[in-house]
Amino acid sequence: MSTVKELVGSRELLGNLLSRELRGKYKRSFLGWSWSLVNPLSLAAVYTVVFVVIFKAAAPAGDPSGLKAFPLFLLTGLLPWSYLSNTITGSVGSLTGNASLVNKVYFPREILVASSTLSWVVSLFIELAVLAVVLLAFGNNVLPWLPVVVVLVALQTVFVLGVGLALSVLNVYFRDVQHFMSILLQIWFYATPVIYPISFVESYVERHDPAFPVMLLYRANPMVAFVESYHRVLYDLRFPALGDFLYATVAALVSLTIGWWVFRRFEGRLAEEL
Amino acid sequence: MSEFAVRVENVSKSFRLYAEKNTSLKSAMLRGGRAKYQVFPALDDVSFDIPQGSTFALIGANGSGKSTLLKCMARILRPDSGRITVDGKMSALLELGAGFHPELSGRENVYLNASILGLSRKQVNERFDDIVGFAGLEKFIDSPVKNYSSGMYVRLGFAVAINVDPEVLLVDEVLAVGDEAFQQKCNERFAYLRDIGTTIVVVSHSLGVVRTLCEQAAWLENGVVRRLGPAAPIIDDYIEFMHPERVAVQDEDTGEPTGSRWGEGGARIERVELLDANGKPSRRVRMGDPVTFRLHYACDEEIKRPVFGLGIHRLDGVHVTGINSRENRVPDSISGTGYMDFVSDALPILPGTYDATVALMDHSNLRVYDHWNHAHRFDIKPGVPRECEGVIAMAGTWSVGAGPAAPKRRRSPGAKR
Repeated sequence: MSTVKELVGSRELLGNLLSRELRGKYKRSFLGWSWSLVNPLSLAAVYTVVFVVIFKAAAPAGDPSGLKAFPLFLLTGLLPWSYLSNTITGSVGSLTGNASLVNKVYFPREILVASSTLSWVVSLFIELAVLAVVLLAFGNNVLPWLPVVVVLVALQTVFVLGVGLALSVLNVYFRDVQHFMSILLQIWFYATPVIYPISFVESYVERHDPAFPVMLLYRANPMVAFVESYHRVLYDLRFPALGDFLYATVAALVSLTIGWWVFRRFEGRLAEEL
Repeated sequence: MSEFAVRVENVSKSFRLYAEKNTSLKSAMLRGGRAKYQVFPALDDVSFDIPQGSTFALIGANGSGKSTLLKCMARILRPDSGRITVDGKMSALLELGAGFHPELSGRENVYLNASILGLSRKQVNERFDDIVGFAGLEKFIDSPVKNYSSGMYVRLGFAVAINVDPEVLLVDEVLAVGDEAFQQKCNERFAYLRDIGTTIVVVSHSLGVVRTLCEQAAWLENGVVRRLGPAAPIIDDYIEFMHPERVAVQDEDTGEPTGSRWGEGGARIERVELLDANGKPSRRVRMGDPVTFRLHYACDEEIKRPVFGLGIHRLDGVHVTGINSRENRVPDSISGTGYMDFVSDALPILPGTYDATVALMDHSNLRVYDHWNHAHRFDIKPGVPRECEGVIAMAGTWSVGAGPAAPKRRRSPGAKR
């Protein structure tokens, strides 16, 4: 329990490291924080052109919102996805990138992963705020649903924190982790209903009726539960499915438990290995 | 509060020395495990207490484990076994300005660095002016630290660390930062911290600093404590112990002539000898003893009014002295072989290892027959006076007088220099 007390004692340090990350993130770039928006918007534009214009994909209809706009559907899934991918990439390098600090000063090392992750929460909230404004303009009254979004972000943060803790420390021992993760993230992206609605997978499975439970396997990916929940809250304007919500919660807690355990286990020799 | 500030109990720590540091999965798979390594024991069952409010030095050769021990105290490294208990708030001066973000301003970095060292925002607010004043960076505090000179950078780091007001301060070889004035400030600060009862643990190779600052010392050798106790005698023994090795190594490496030499020839200095108090050739003499430098020469022809020169350099290049025989004793001529002695009645140079450079010239200085750099390496052991700093111990005596300070005397007109 001393570690928890120590972490609470270091919240000021967390705040300062967080502000270092935030201030440093877009320093000396002309657009500054606008980059936080430009990235998902440009991705959304590319995917919209590819899928709507070239592949003639139809936008799913929001139920009960009735909204039918592919770019907006895309963004509701893309923002939480970029959050995951940014935080994981950030966490993986958070210890190796701060080697000088780890080697010279003592403080709870988890703080480095946490501050890197939390810096992306800030970007996520900015992006979600802009998305909410656009959704409002398209007649989707998301305002009453925003508290649910905050809960989802909190859950997802716990989830990515767990993944990040484990990967950050493993990357110190095996630098392959960072290269491996960039590939894994690509596969993971297509295994998550971001650029396509989940109904697409469901109908495909129904039509082919494969021998093994593809759908169960598909849904084992916690990001399916997360992205589906975001879709329902922001695009459809309804509560997340209970199953998704519970699964996301469990995934978050399990991830944090395992991640922290791995971190604690390997943290002892960090200063030597870095 | 307990009587010890730091208690080290049976601490062992070993490092893995990887034959090839290949942190990749491929190499791991090929080997069926992580890279092979040898275990290097850096600390082996070390135990001692550092009393509350003392100044404590860890000394030892490179690789003796003193920095490892300090890092274990700072909790950066975790001992494999054993325990280190630190009683009180601890601050470590291991690297100054660790964690400075180059793009952020000095002000932002002060807050960041201070919170890494465990200060709250409120505490930093209170000390901010002190910190900036100490570093002497009032004018630059709002510009990004990437524009700082390395001196400014280190000064700011030092100012933050020293203003944490720790109860236990760990210092690793960072006592010599900044210019003269800043060092003065640092020394005053250390003295102040010591006076208010801060426990200071120092790792340093600069034995002069250790001698003046520390009361207690532990001498580590190959990961074990060799001596523990009052600092002064341990440091003396340590110097005595360390020096023969350095000369011996030099001897083995080079055998005879070491340094470069030049000159027009016609006469050579064949050999340089150092005679100790007993008149025996030696490479280890004691400070304060009468010693003789004997320059053996060999001439092909008769040299008229020769001048011998003797220079002494410290190994770090400091030119300790350069003297010649011109004003002293010039033989009318030399020929054949022989020697020239330089006698010092009480060797005034501080303990350490030195090189003697010798030369043979003519009286006009126009002709240099032989100039031999670093012709002879020798050690000076601690002697009398025991406590002094710098390069030499000035000869003289102290005496006390009563009354007001004497008025400034004008220089007598005839005085030279």
